[in-house]
Amino acid sequence: MTQFLILLLNGLSLGAIYALIALGFVIIFKASEVVSFTHGSLLLLGAYSIARLSESIGFAAAVVVGVLVTALAALVVERLIINRLRGAPVISLAIVTIGVDIILLTELIRRIGPDILNVPHPWGGQSVSVGGIGISENRAIAMVVATVLIIAFFLVFKYSSWGVAMRASAEDGETAALMGIRQGRVSAVAWVVAGVLAAVAALFLVGAPTPGVSAASYTVALRAFPAAILGGLDSTGGALVGGLLIGLAESFAAGYQENLLFLGRGFGDVVPFVVMIAVLMFRPSGLFGTRELTRV
Amino acid sequence: MLKVDDVHVRYGGAVSALRGLSLEVPDGAVVALLGSNGAGKTTLLRTISGTLKRYKGKVDSGSITWNDTDLTARDPARAVARGVVQVPEGRRIFGRLTVDENLRAGGMGNRDRAAKTKAKERVHDLFPVLRERSTQRAGLMSGGEQQMLAIGRALMASPQLLLLDEPSLGLAPRVIGQIGEVITEINRQGTSVLLVEQNATMALRVADHAFVMDLGRVSIAGPAAELARTDEVQRLYLGHGAESPETPVTHRPARTLSRWSA
Repeated sequence: MTQFLILLLNGLSLGAIYALIALGFVIIFKASEVVSFTHGSLLLLGAYSIARLSESIGFAAAVVVGVLVTALAALVVERLIINRLRGAPVISLAIVTIGVDIILLTELIRRIGPDILNVPHPWGGQSVSVGGIGISENRAIAMVVATVLIIAFFLVFKYSSWGVAMRASAEDGETAALMGIRQGRVSAVAWVVAGVLAAVAALFLVGAPTPGVSAASYTVALRAFPAAILGGLDSTGGALVGGLLIGLAESFAAGYQENLLFLGRGFGDVVPFVVMIAVLMFRPSGLFGTRELTRV
Repeated sequence: MLKVDDVHVRYGGAVSALRGLSLEVPDGAVVALLGSNGAGKTTLLRTISGTLKRYKGKVDSGSITWNDTDLTARDPARAVARGVVQVPEGRRIFGRLTVDENLRAGGMGNRDRAAKTKAKERVHDLFPVLRERSTQRAGLMSGGEQQMLAIGRALMASPQLLLLDEPSLGLAPRVIGQIGEVITEINRQGTSVLLVEQNATMALRVADHAFVMDLGRVSIAGPAAELARTDEVQRLYLGHGAESPETPVTHRPARTLSRWSA
């Protein structure tokens, strides 16, 4: 039972991090009608910047600058490429983002090399006890920060002018334009927000129990894609549920690995994708998605 | 004043939609624009509001000026900022947003906070139902209410010129009457209106001046009342002609409701 609770708590904290990434993915889709595959490398960029900058300017400043760098990179991608291709077929845009992702990823991997960069989190890998259940300090803080960010995100999405403009343009772009809403701006802000969320997620993803920033951090980021897709690409609530679901599935699959040996070792690594496929078999637009799949 | 001068528009470089269209909407007027499907009415509105590009349409020649501002081939946000706002055909309300959020979206092009507050009061006074339903999802309202929301949403931008694309589409006759009254009231409060309609009866009643479009240009123009009396408009748009159905139906069945027992 204790093991179950430990896995549950760890799954939730991991899921909260995935949810941050998935939320960014979803708002980019809503605002720009792009399935953005650049998200993985943006996340790695965030982790890399924070790790490298902490050596010279200290951890706290590095986090701030790292988040800004990632947001800026997202903005540059949107302004230079996505915004100019507005109206292009969704498939072409998705492939363009894969191209951007590969370019950015190649450069980052070249810089990281075979090393594992250490992010000097002031909090360590030691366990803290939440109601008698142990969880790494990093994951506990991640859960708190992610919860705060997710709540803030939903409040902004619901009440701010940007949120209303964003939802209006996602529903009917032409009519939103007739109201004087500038979709270019809505889309730019969406990319910046997504960049910030990805960088914050990166900060925690490369902390304990993960060893640090390496080329492999990218594959961790990739697991947030199924979170966004199984929740429904155009649903922010779906991204949250999808993130938590993937986090839990991964945590349980890893924790009960001994009982799942018939599926092979390392099942925890592929379980996000298995869950995604299983969900999409029954609900092709995801759990909360509303759009027909032809848009993807 | 809106001045459309000899405008030619083509879609995809091939399909000619407007062929030398010219018309004017004087300040404070309600101008009706009639015409059958495919006459180019919606294309004209797209050209004025700046959404033509989305349909791969292009202005080949001619110009659209609004109070000395050139609106030809500009983006929609610019037209809205200058006070020209379009209510799209088919209402196109944001169904998943609440009524209040729809109105907020309508005010996005309006930077002036005080003007927005005033605009909202005006909208709520014109359409009390929008105040009652403010937190309801807009998609749950009836067709007539949605049309009111669509008009109210456009008024949130405090327009000087309102472009209405077939506001009567798909609505019950009683509701069409209400829409007509609302247009008159909006105009009385100082907004010019360009009303594109297929329902000529309502349009000619509320308009001062009217244009009839055919194949991308104006075929008949004149004061609305005079136009309503011309044979062509009567025959094509008002439905009274030689074989007018005005004559009373004589062989009316005795009972209007009877058991169906075939």
